[in-house]
Amino acid sequence: MKITEYIKQHILLLDGGMGTLLQERGLMPGELPERWNLTHPDAILEIHTSYFDSGSNVINLNTFGANRLKYTSEELDAVIGAAVRLGRQAQEQSCGKQPKWLALDLGPTGRMLKPYGDLDFEDAVEIFAQTVRIGVRHGVDLIMIETMNDSYETKAALLAAKENSTLPVFVSNAYGEDGKLMTGATPAAMTAMLEGMGADAIGVNCSQGPAALGNVVEEYLRCASVPVLLKPNAGLPRAVDGKTVYDVAPKEFASAVAALVKKGVRVAGGCCGTTPDYIEALRQACEEITPCPVVKKSETCVSSYARTVTFGGLPVLIGERINPTGKKRFQEALRRQDMDYILREGLSQEEKGAHILDVNVGLPDICERELLCRAVCELQAVTALPLQIDTSDPVAMEAALRRYNGKAMINSVNGKRESMDAVFPLAKKYGGLVVALTLDENGIPARAEERLAIARRIVGRAEEYGLDRKDLLFDPLALTVSADATAARETLRAVELIRRELGCHTSLGVSNVSFGLPARDLVNGTFFAMALERGLSAAILNPYSAEMQKTYATYCALAGLDPNCASYIAYASTLSTSPASASPAVSAGESKAALSSENPLQHAILKGLREQAALLTRELLQAREPLSVVQEEIIPALDAVGIGFESKTVYLPQLLMSAEAAKSAFEVIKGAMAGRSGASRCGFLLATVKGDIHDIGKNIVKLLLENYGFAVTDLGRDVPPERIADEAVRLHSPIVGLSALMTTTVPAMEETILLLRKRAPWCRVIVGGAVLNPEYAAAIGADYYAKDAMGAVRYAEEIERTI
Amino acid sequence: MNNARISVRSYGVLPLDRSEILRYAGTPATSPELDCLLDACLAKSEALLRGRVCFSVLPLHRKEQILDLTFATTASASLGRALEGCDRILLFAATAGLEIDRFIFRTAKHSSAEALLLQAIGTAYVEAVCDRFCSEIAQELGEGGKGLRPRFSPGYGDLPLSLQREVFSYLDCPARIGLTLNETLLMSPSKSVTAIAGILKETN
Repeated sequence: MKITEYIKQHILLLDGGMGTLLQERGLMPGELPERWNLTHPDAILEIHTSYFDSGSNVINLNTFGANRLKYTSEELDAVIGAAVRLGRQAQEQSCGKQPKWLALDLGPTGRMLKPYGDLDFEDAVEIFAQTVRIGVRHGVDLIMIETMNDSYETKAALLAAKENSTLPVFVSNAYGEDGKLMTGATPAAMTAMLEGMGADAIGVNCSQGPAALGNVVEEYLRCASVPVLLKPNAGLPRAVDGKTVYDVAPKEFASAVAALVKKGVRVAGGCCGTTPDYIEALRQACEEITPCPVVKKSETCVSSYARTVTFGGLPVLIGERINPTGKKRFQEALRRQDMDYILREGLSQEEKGAHILDVNVGLPDICERELLCRAVCELQAVTALPLQIDTSDPVAMEAALRRYNGKAMINSVNGKRESMDAVFPLAKKYGGLVVALTLDENGIPARAEERLAIARRIVGRAEEYGLDRKDLLFDPLALTVSADATAARETLRAVELIRRELGCHTSLGVSNVSFGLPARDLVNGTFFAMALERGLSAAILNPYSAEMQKTYATYCALAGLDPNCASYIAYASTLSTSPASASPAVSAGESKAALSSENPLQHAILKGLREQAALLTRELLQAREPLSVVQEEIIPALDAVGIGFESKTVYLPQLLMSAEAAKSAFEVIKGAMAGRSGASRCGFLLATVKGDIHDIGKNIVKLLLENYGFAVTDLGRDVPPERIADEAVRLHSPIVGLSALMTTTVPAMEETILLLRKRAPWCRVIVGGAVLNPEYAAAIGADYYAKDAMGAVRYAEEIERTI
Repeated sequence: MNNARISVRSYGVLPLDRSEILRYAGTPATSPELDCLLDACLAKSEALLRGRVCFSVLPLHRKEQILDLTFATTASASLGRALEGCDRILLFAATAGLEIDRFIFRTAKHSSAEALLLQAIGTAYVEAVCDRFCSEIAQELGEGGKGLRPRFSPGYGDLPLSLQREVFSYLDCPARIGLTLNETLLMSPSKSVTAIAGILKETN
């Protein structure tokens, strides 16, 4: 019988702990347990057999840490091959009459994924893939991914299992006392991602005792449409007379797990500290329980590394600002690969209340696949908001979905056959909520009923691909009311029809409706309110729009979605204050200090007052030319700070505060000079070398160089030598700055310099970082050692004079 | 893969020394403006700092110049001096958690000054976690808390940084406290410490 069939009618019993039993038999900390398959086969066989004897349907083979980080390919094959043979032998010799299966056990790699660690996502996928391929070759029955405490690594393992086998895959995570994974995900977020990718059972193991995991398990039961798994520890470990003792006894354990089985858990076993006695007790406790049916859930949601956003409660706001269409500065930033610009755009939309960020980086002359992927990776590193991947290029879409740490929103599919055939397979493989536009080969129909008909066809086709309609979000398309008086009305009717007839949620790009009209915001706001009242669940909009903010806040209060009108009152309190005093509390102190001075802008920069510097620059620009403000106010203040730093009267934090104040003044100047090209100084390519993920020093150098007007291209951290050389050639950079913090990453710096000498012999290389000094810098072939950020600025000025 | 010979402790908010933070940020002096920014950073980081420590107490043996630390052996002379008079060691790894790294990374996108202060706060916090943890252990060892010698980390003196591999493998840091070791021997999360502290012979 297939395990996926068996599980439909029965409670599936797993095995108990392996590690603790091996330690009792002499496994030492730091010793690789999987090697025991070869060195102590009798011990492994005995443990497996006794689990089968006590009633386990599935045993986890002794392959938890079997991967290429710990074993050579040869030994890996031997270790996994032996594991499967011992499992089969146990299966045959056990007295248990129950159906039995062998699971290839996949545990974490022990490494953290980029950007917070150094393991690349694709490398993680390949590490798991190799183990899976070997396990499949040796004939395992299913794959059990377990004890994962990071959502991204869990995704890598599941992807590897799916891409290299057709076996059932169970996925189990380890939760902390706060009910989240070590890297932040909630059970709901894990459910959204894992179900979307096709896991056959999901749940929780290890972590704590069964009672302490009750809340996590119930959250799984609330969200999951697949069987839920529970494999807890025997409580907490204690050392008694040098021996490990767990504080929950078999009977107590079994009744606590059985209580959760009664609530709906369908796959149960034990983890650390549990033994065949626990499984025997659990088997008895579950014997009389009629399995709860696994109920399909209809909640529409997306997720990030941390949390979910669901549709159908509070209206969902999707920030549209990460999109180059019609935005000159954004396009420029994309061409320069200025990721920080994109990130700032994301973070400020988050501050304005966006719940999801749309990410569109399509420009005709860039590699969208690469840039979209990068933007998604960088955004998901700094924001917990789910992302909407917005591209018409299926290749770019797949690359971004693959790297996305969660269940993404996919923008978009439409009623055209080729669109559905390109997008739905990606949604099926990676999971996702697909935005579906109600248009087809014949364009956008005028009448709502015809849009509903297209939506119906899209649902049908999606179901053929195995997608659930809850994972479709329809956009019935807002058309311009100035061109057709019935346009808005038909869109609103379509919103209502789709919700009522198909049970699906809807989203709109609201602002199209007002195209060609004056004071568009007013029209958009009212249209948004009307659409919400007709059942609209989400809107893609500009979160900076005051009118949209107003509509949203007032609608939620009036629709009974804002208990005690608390959110509305908080929103209203931001309206009465003027922009100047709306800045953070620092400003109160700032204004007094700055106004008391004769040259208030210079004073603000010297003191490092960001908001004041911007405000004062704006005031000065009313009477003076931008260039005179730069030459007579900002530069002298910056110079004073720079000299102070060099003569040790000003220190690093104060230098940075002043640099940031100057930067905020420059931002204002740039705005005033828009259209006129400000003369930029020479280019400067900057990177932290491969293997090094510390970038604070590099960021400080960047900030100061920009202050002094250099055109900085920042490649980020952990940058391979080839990429630095490629960019130096592409930009013909006169100066390249490299940073390294650790002795262990200096070789990468040396390698980079060698490559630069070969491929970009014209450029000067300047190095810095905690472990370097002038001699060391010379030894690895650098042109200059900068002892601090000002040193880098002075050297750049010197080089600039020579070119 | 648990083993009770290795234990875990958690820490929440701990008092941090402002002048220590400023020193980590590279300044001996402060100003009203800097104080103001530091206050804001301290307030924002408080909820993000979650200290976790995993540790084990192990026998120590000496064979001529070689120290047998149970989890590894080393010929380090500076560690040898730090373990003078000891017959056991306290081996531990401490981390401030990933959330502060995430917040530093995020903050760096708009303010290097704040990112610098947050880095300093993270460092001060993980040091405070180590101090608190070591003083707890010292008290538990009795002898009026005098039984535990100052801590010593891989990379200090002639103790090679590569010892990190053995520390991580023995303490199983990834599973226990979410602390991982990169190929270049850097730790993730970055605000983390591993160390060895000697336990004096006459201590219980």
